[in-house]
Amino acid sequence: MLGIAKSGFRWPWWPPHADGVSTIKRGVSLYSYQEEFFLRTLSLEECIAHAASVGATGIEVIPEQSLPGYPNITDAQVTQWRGWMDRYGTSTSATDLFLDTKRHPDRWLTHEEQVASFHTDIDLAVRLGAPVIRAIINTPPEVMRDAAPYARDNGVRLLLEVHAPFHYSHPWILEHLEVMHAEGGVGLGLMPDMGTFVERFPRVVSDRAVRDGAKPELVDYVVKLYNDHGDTHALMDIIHYRGGGPVEMGLARQATHFIYRDPAEMLPHMDLIGHVQAKFYEMVDESTEYSIPYDRIIPVFDKGGFTGFLSSEYEGNRHIQDAFEVDSREQVRRQHAMFASLLGERTDQRQGA
Amino acid sequence: MFDQYIVCEDSLKTTDDNRTHGSVDVRMPYYRGLGLSMVEGVDLTIDGTPIPAEATCFTVHGNTYPMTELPTILDDRWEMGEPARVDFDVTQPLQPGEHVVSAAVRLRISYMPVPGGGRDTKTLTLA
Repeated sequence: MLGIAKSGFRWPWWPPHADGVSTIKRGVSLYSYQEEFFLRTLSLEECIAHAASVGATGIEVIPEQSLPGYPNITDAQVTQWRGWMDRYGTSTSATDLFLDTKRHPDRWLTHEEQVASFHTDIDLAVRLGAPVIRAIINTPPEVMRDAAPYARDNGVRLLLEVHAPFHYSHPWILEHLEVMHAEGGVGLGLMPDMGTFVERFPRVVSDRAVRDGAKPELVDYVVKLYNDHGDTHALMDIIHYRGGGPVEMGLARQATHFIYRDPAEMLPHMDLIGHVQAKFYEMVDESTEYSIPYDRIIPVFDKGGFTGFLSSEYEGNRHIQDAFEVDSREQVRRQHAMFASLLGERTDQRQGA
Repeated sequence: MFDQYIVCEDSLKTTDDNRTHGSVDVRMPYYRGLGLSMVEGVDLTIDGTPIPAEATCFTVHGNTYPMTELPTILDDRWEMGEPARVDFDVTQPLQPGEHVVSAAVRLRISYMPVPGGGRDTKTLTLA
């Protein structure tokens, strides 16, 4: 069959993942619609329906955002969720957990309480049908280690998010990698956030600082230093020396929390990578994210044989909401048009995007 | 991240004939819900005068708590985008017309090394 296809015959049912078509799946995190969901202009079902309409087949959900009553989610809520997955032809790609170590005002959560918190979130992920769970970056490695058996027993995998400013050779991540390798990578793994590949400073962030009254020359200084991939360690100090106020300092702090690393740094860890949070700040059209070079990131996942979800995570709303109407749906639609193109989906196979 | 949405438009009310009790709706500037024990407080300022926390209480989905007791509430949440009603007492009657309402929401976010939350100021009209 493939030989015929390669010779030019237009096979009517192109085998999935055949020549040139990536094995990477497209998904959306409902985090992307946070502006509209917060303001109650989109319902939970409408968010899911939109994700499906652009061809996403995986829905990532933050239960604490989308499901009132957490952690006491009722069977009726779960039934309703699973009904939506069936109706829209989607599956739950991931749930995102938090670890409220500061739940009590006067003491830190004990190790046992932290592991118990993970168990609660594992139970919920299973009920919602998610195969992987985002473990938040503040999770101590020993909590991952001690929660792993329960994850394995329940057939799910805890994936530590690798979120800026952390990266794959950062001491905190190295500690986690040691635990993951000792565990064997069955119940544990990684969830890269594409915010670690911010090559160019997001202009939605610097433009906002200008609107908030930042001195343009200090904004330019921050943006240029970042875009030159210069040393940002003392950036807040420099902005302070130059007379920056709270707005300029805030911008400088953001510049130290964005990072750009070579996407190829993920390759040695590909066996541990179970899901990808495709962070973005501004899709300027259907092919370009202003800051993050997806055209050089996706080939890395292809090369590594990644078969999980690229899960949209739109985070531009907070930077433009003061002056512009936020349209998260259009931003997600554009990102999926870009994904479909970069993943080699043929035009006649694409849905929505 | 949602600071500009903290104080809800058209939500300022007086709740007694003497006009020394009032309420205003506020939302949490955060992208998920949070257990009430991690809400350190909602600091209200009306027309430049801070309202003591002891003179306020906090209501979500029908459950009312003294503001000062929120740190002890382990079994209830403030959901994402949910308007909470803050009731308050003032010493001088609130006159009909415009009032400048500021609300600072203080949150304890476990993954952040600095205090979380945000503040918002809006001019609201009282009937």
